[in-house]
Amino acid sequence: MLLKKKLYLLLSVVVVLAFVLAACGGTEAPAVDEPAVEEPAAEEPAAEEPMEEEEPMEEEPAEEMVEPAENILAGENAAIAPEFFDQEALDQEVAWIDAVPEGPEDMVWEQYIDPEWVDTTEYAKDGPYTICFSNAGVNNPWRVVGFNTMEHQVALETDIGEWIHVDAEGSDEKQIADIEDLLASGNCDGMIISPNTTAALTPIVEQACEQLPVVVFDRGVFTDCPVSFVRPIGGYAFGHLGAEFIVDNLPDGGNVLAFRILPGVDVLENRWAAAKVVFENNPQITVIGVEFTEGDNARTKAIVEDHLDRFGQIDAIWMDAGATAVAAIEAFEDAGLDIPIMVGEDQQDFLKKWQDEGLTAVAPTFPTFQWRTAVIAMVNILQGEQVPAWWVLPQPPVTADNLDSLVNASMPPLHYAMCGCEGMPGFPEDWGGQ
Amino acid sequence: MANVTVQSEKEVSWLRQAWARIRKIHPVFPVFLIVFLAVGYLNPKFIEPNGILIFLRRAAPLGILAVGQLFVLAAGGFDLSVGSQVTFVVIGGALLINNDPEKLTYTLLVLYGIGILVGLINGLVVTFMKVPSFIATLGMLLALKGAGLYWTGGAPRGYLTDNFRQFGRGFLEPVPVVERFPIAVVVLIVVVAIAAYIFHFTIFGRQILAVGDNPVAAKLSGINVRRVRILTFIVSALCAITAGILEGGFGGVNIIAGDGLELQAISAAVLGGAVLLGGRGAVLAAAAGALTLEALFNFLNLIGQPEGVRDVVQGLIIIGAVAYAAINARRR
Repeated sequence: MLLKKKLYLLLSVVVVLAFVLAACGGTEAPAVDEPAVEEPAAEEPAAEEPMEEEEPMEEEPAEEMVEPAENILAGENAAIAPEFFDQEALDQEVAWIDAVPEGPEDMVWEQYIDPEWVDTTEYAKDGPYTICFSNAGVNNPWRVVGFNTMEHQVALETDIGEWIHVDAEGSDEKQIADIEDLLASGNCDGMIISPNTTAALTPIVEQACEQLPVVVFDRGVFTDCPVSFVRPIGGYAFGHLGAEFIVDNLPDGGNVLAFRILPGVDVLENRWAAAKVVFENNPQITVIGVEFTEGDNARTKAIVEDHLDRFGQIDAIWMDAGATAVAAIEAFEDAGLDIPIMVGEDQQDFLKKWQDEGLTAVAPTFPTFQWRTAVIAMVNILQGEQVPAWWVLPQPPVTADNLDSLVNASMPPLHYAMCGCEGMPGFPEDWGGQ
Repeated sequence: MANVTVQSEKEVSWLRQAWARIRKIHPVFPVFLIVFLAVGYLNPKFIEPNGILIFLRRAAPLGILAVGQLFVLAAGGFDLSVGSQVTFVVIGGALLINNDPEKLTYTLLVLYGIGILVGLINGLVVTFMKVPSFIATLGMLLALKGAGLYWTGGAPRGYLTDNFRQFGRGFLEPVPVVERFPIAVVVLIVVVAIAAYIFHFTIFGRQILAVGDNPVAAKLSGINVRRVRILTFIVSALCAITAGILEGGFGGVNIIAGDGLELQAISAAVLGGAVLLGGRGAVLAAAAGALTLEALFNFLNLIGQPEGVRDVVQGLIIIGAVAYAAINARRR
């Protein structure tokens, strides 16, 4: 029985270890009674490494019983690795937000911004075509909606004779092998690639470019060999738009809780990087937390509860993806509090909640209609019609103005409204609607 | 003189008795208290009634899973499939109920039916096909995960209705003192009470321990070892379905709702003194193990530790608790 003490000992050690970790590395240990230090902002030009610039710590007059809200933009979760930040790209994307796209007005998936046309007569051939698609995966709801939309676009294209889809199931190795097999088969007239990761797929995409016309979409590659790269404006624009919305709606400042799914994914890092710049430039905004949800509703809800408990008030929530937005909202409902300003995404569950509760919200989108566009680009190339080298699609946000036209309660909760698929045959059943 | 001696002897024996009683308290309870107070020190609101209830509501699914896991562990097995069962309940529940609140009873019955079936299959595979439970339930984990994805076509469909979500999200009000009391905590208390009764006060409970301690001896003494082991998997599955209903209620439809819960449940149960490979355990202590784990996560979160540290701590707990049990068994 003496040995039970060992268990005590072990757990005490764990607890002590955690304390030690907190003392050494936990820069944001919240209970430490440090007065927030007013550091002068670094005065060097921020051009070189803007993300390392130290911002003055903000201290807000907090209510009694709750911790003073401390701006944690200097914290670990808020950090952006330099490879995920490119000021030029950010400026370009922000400028594109307000650009007027060209192309057919009622078909947003065929519109483009700042096109640089490529002549494709060298690829022109007679139909019907065999088009091959190497897909990174159909492993999340966004890709499910996109792939569905894509298949229906293929059905609409009379010039496509055969459509060969290979699913890499989220694996670089499998996708490389898939593309090798497709190339070796010699059946493909053109290839669409949605790369699993950027760097790993670049060599094989280059190899494919040597044999046939290639269209890349969604995630990019480090080569401009594809005839066309189809992409919405991008992650910086996504993050910027939501953060600007919060700043505009909190003229006197307030507490913002920021949610990210997970670190290290370029499109998501770009979203947060842009938002962080906006928050840094608006010191009246206090970012009280930057937390990773890993796409888990329960975790998201728990984080909101904890922050409400600790800071007493949250005025706005920024998210880099909206799948857990409703869970965050529910934490406020369960606590009997008003729902704060929300930045979500175009998932139906969030839009429905927004409409039902009359939220102050915005939903930047990473539109799933780009899956349609990739097919259209490929067909255009094989028909010898010119295409933009960078087919930059508009990235229309959901706002109070267009909300009602996008809410559709009969669709699944994680259906992405900006799919450009409403007019397609088979809608809504084929997308899981009723 | 003699009087004094008697008195001091009495005192000594009283002290001894008290010490014996203290030593009988399972270590997980004081450990829980320490972690709990540590969190309370960092965040005073945590130990206010409302904070405690928020905490309990959040810990309820894990508590129930730990109790279910205890049954399997005590009989000498593992159930790795509970996390997938939770996910299955969340996405399957949304499909079954199909936005119609009147289908609640039907949905719950079907879900518990599936639970019993899953537990039965786990148990049959382990007992009759002689597949080690670690492997059998690992297979079930994958199969259920795949089945869930297949059933929904890769993205969750439908919503869980408010009356389904009440169990995990709702409150009883008005309640004296705390004003409102989470229904999930009521469910947790009821499950723990029932499980404690079965585990500690019925023949079946004693048979579980006998089977886990020494299956051959148990068989020789006339216990139907297979039946006992199958039943433990069914108990675990029923707990997993219940936890899934709470989890879905708390968080809503989510395809990763149950990810990682199986390991947390095992960690919680061993923290509560259940011995891997069977033969020992206590229901209250397993539930307390779940609360400790959840409080520990909360603590790590409060001091700003990233996700990785959380996993490290969980790993240390499993290894430490198993090592402790192994040393203990050798000296026994």
